[in-house]
Amino acid sequence: MAHRLVRRPLRTALAVSAVLAAAACSAPGSNSETTGAGASAAPVANATCGTDPITLKGYFETGFPLPKDLSTEFSKQFPNVKWDIREDQFAVITQNAPRVLADDPPDLMRLPQVSELVKDDLLKNLDGYATAFGWDKWPASQLQQMRVGPTGERGDGPLYAMGLNFSMTGVFYNKKLAAQVGMTKPPETLAEFDSVLQKAKDAGLTPINQFNGGATGGLAFPLQNLMAAYGEPGAINDWIFQKSGATIDTPANLQAAEHLAKWIKAGYFAPDINSQDYAAMMSRFIGGKNLFIFDGDWESGNLDKQMAGNAGFFLMPSAQAGGKQAAMSAPLTFGIGSKAKNADCAAFFLNWVATNQQARDIAVKVGGSHPMGPADAYMPPVQEGTVTASTLAAGATIGEDNGAMDFIANATGAIYAKGWTPNLQKMVAGQQTPDGLLKAVQKDYESQVKK
Amino acid sequence: MSVPATGRRGPRARRPRRAWLGWLFALPAVVMYATFVLRPLLLTVQYSFYEWNGIGASTWVGLDNYGRLFTDSELFASILHAFELILFFSLVPVLLGLFVAATIRGIAQSRLATVARTVLFLPQVIPLVAAGIMWSWLLSTTGLANELLSAVGLDSVTRAWLGDFDTALPAVGIIGAWVLVGLCTLLLLAGMSKIDPALYEAARLDGAGPVREFFSITLPSLRQEIGVCVTVTVIAALASFDIVYIATQGGPGNSTMVPGLEIYYLAFSEREVGMASALAVALVVLVLLVVLPLQRLTRDGSR
Repeated sequence: MAHRLVRRPLRTALAVSAVLAAAACSAPGSNSETTGAGASAAPVANATCGTDPITLKGYFETGFPLPKDLSTEFSKQFPNVKWDIREDQFAVITQNAPRVLADDPPDLMRLPQVSELVKDDLLKNLDGYATAFGWDKWPASQLQQMRVGPTGERGDGPLYAMGLNFSMTGVFYNKKLAAQVGMTKPPETLAEFDSVLQKAKDAGLTPINQFNGGATGGLAFPLQNLMAAYGEPGAINDWIFQKSGATIDTPANLQAAEHLAKWIKAGYFAPDINSQDYAAMMSRFIGGKNLFIFDGDWESGNLDKQMAGNAGFFLMPSAQAGGKQAAMSAPLTFGIGSKAKNADCAAFFLNWVATNQQARDIAVKVGGSHPMGPADAYMPPVQEGTVTASTLAAGATIGEDNGAMDFIANATGAIYAKGWTPNLQKMVAGQQTPDGLLKAVQKDYESQVKK
Repeated sequence: MSVPATGRRGPRARRPRRAWLGWLFALPAVVMYATFVLRPLLLTVQYSFYEWNGIGASTWVGLDNYGRLFTDSELFASILHAFELILFFSLVPVLLGLFVAATIRGIAQSRLATVARTVLFLPQVIPLVAAGIMWSWLLSTTGLANELLSAVGLDSVTRAWLGDFDTALPAVGIIGAWVLVGLCTLLLLAGMSKIDPALYEAARLDGAGPVREFFSITLPSLRQEIGVCVTVTVIAALASFDIVYIATQGGPGNSTMVPGLEIYYLAFSEREVGMASALAVALVVLVLLVVLPLQRLTRDGSR
């Protein structure tokens, strides 16, 4: 029996290697034809959805109703347009993006980090549409993150994606608990913020809940806010955009990481953040279990509904009084597959989202964030005192201070799951130092950018 | 298997035709097997020699990917974690399964035995994803596990079991043990029912107690069943993916990273299809290296 068992795999192995040799396998992936980047940069004069029945294929993110609401309204205004929408969680979209764009390109797709997709020639160059629709006359900062150069560097070059709106991040707080610890107005310096955190701790409250479990290291939010409080957002953007020679391991960032470590040590975060997921953080904050969370204005509408009147928002204070403020602010990126069938109609939709009054209403009411478009475009009225009002106002401050940053988790496709998350989790458990954190992430970054 | 072909010695010419007919019947299965098992397997081996992001052009790198398996401490650590999981996925279920099966056999006549069998096998029926989600609730800071501990005054021990570096891997292991205990129990029970009752009677006449009976009769007779249990569970441990993916996604800080999950991250998040394939091939070889000797061990004795 034993002999047969051994002999059979041997024979199989022989057969297998014979097949392998016979197939004389050609290298994988080499047969993919290239369409040539920048092929469609000439202005596209007549990009519309026409009048014939047309079905736009969309690939959207589950749990965020904005794109679907916009598509419904669009079909109401343009009845010849129907939608075929597929939805997935963002993590799934991130993993599927290259394959889906290559094999079954959607007309409109929620995109993860774009530079790798551009390098593989999977996204349509939107410059032609930008000229035709006048997107190039909008504030340049709105589109900067979606411009990709030939080497994969972002921030400059042709436009490869478009936003449905652009988000703003900062600190959300529970007004009732804030009053309880004597915080009557948002802190104006980092030191003031520290003292509020300490007061909350002393009062027996949980100062901050932040998701940091599984593969989602949410401590990257406060970390990047601290980085911008100590240093310049420009340098952080250079790193995120993969500018050559950029490093995350700078003295200012080290101060920020040390400050974060101080917060961890002081017990300002809930003790179980390493097992907290995003949903748990939200349900605890909405349930009044803690004072602060670091999050973005995509929750504004939700918080105005579920914590009506009790939720507040402020931008991360600067280290010095009166210092400039900065925040992660990124467009909700959607792109058009380079082989998409209805590219013109999809581009027309994107332009409609930014310029149509109803669409802008939906963008603010449902999405909670600032719509894209010209600086003087129509803005829907927002009720005073709501979270939505304060996040939209924060957008103006960031604009004045030129403090918009992309998210450090978006520097490469894998830097979040493989760099930031494990190292931040280790720092929470006392197994990583601030210095080690930055060095480890920088090392991962370099090996990923090289490719 | 040297059965003399007495009386069946027909004309030789007929044999090849019959074999040919046999293959025809097997053809649908063979095609499926070749397309969905053999082809991916071969492609994985092929990809492992390339550096490839899954879309663009690929570069031949020879054995470089395999070299990295031994130099990259993170990849190596994931393999060690898989071996640690064997403790929970194999040892615990087999030992517990033996104990439970022996107990159930002792009360075989009562209705309790049927209930116990059903309850223990239930985890096998529940989808692993559902089991993972349920356990992550049980093990959360406010979950049942911590409430029970608090109730008996062990507040100091409570923690986020899946979010703590020291307890995350064992916690994942316990979920696996819970799933696999039922399978082992059922297999072992089936094995026990085959044991000749006369053996027990003889042992009892010789004055053996239940413990002696267990070690002298039950255990040796179950050699093959134990072999199957160990094999199945060891493979489950080394190739684990779903439980870990649902419960911890490899966190906190890679402390529950296992090869299956690492392959997935490499292929779909880091887009290193070549490296992922190399790790997959290494995992197959590793499983075979562990399981084949196990098979031999349990079979040899039964001859």
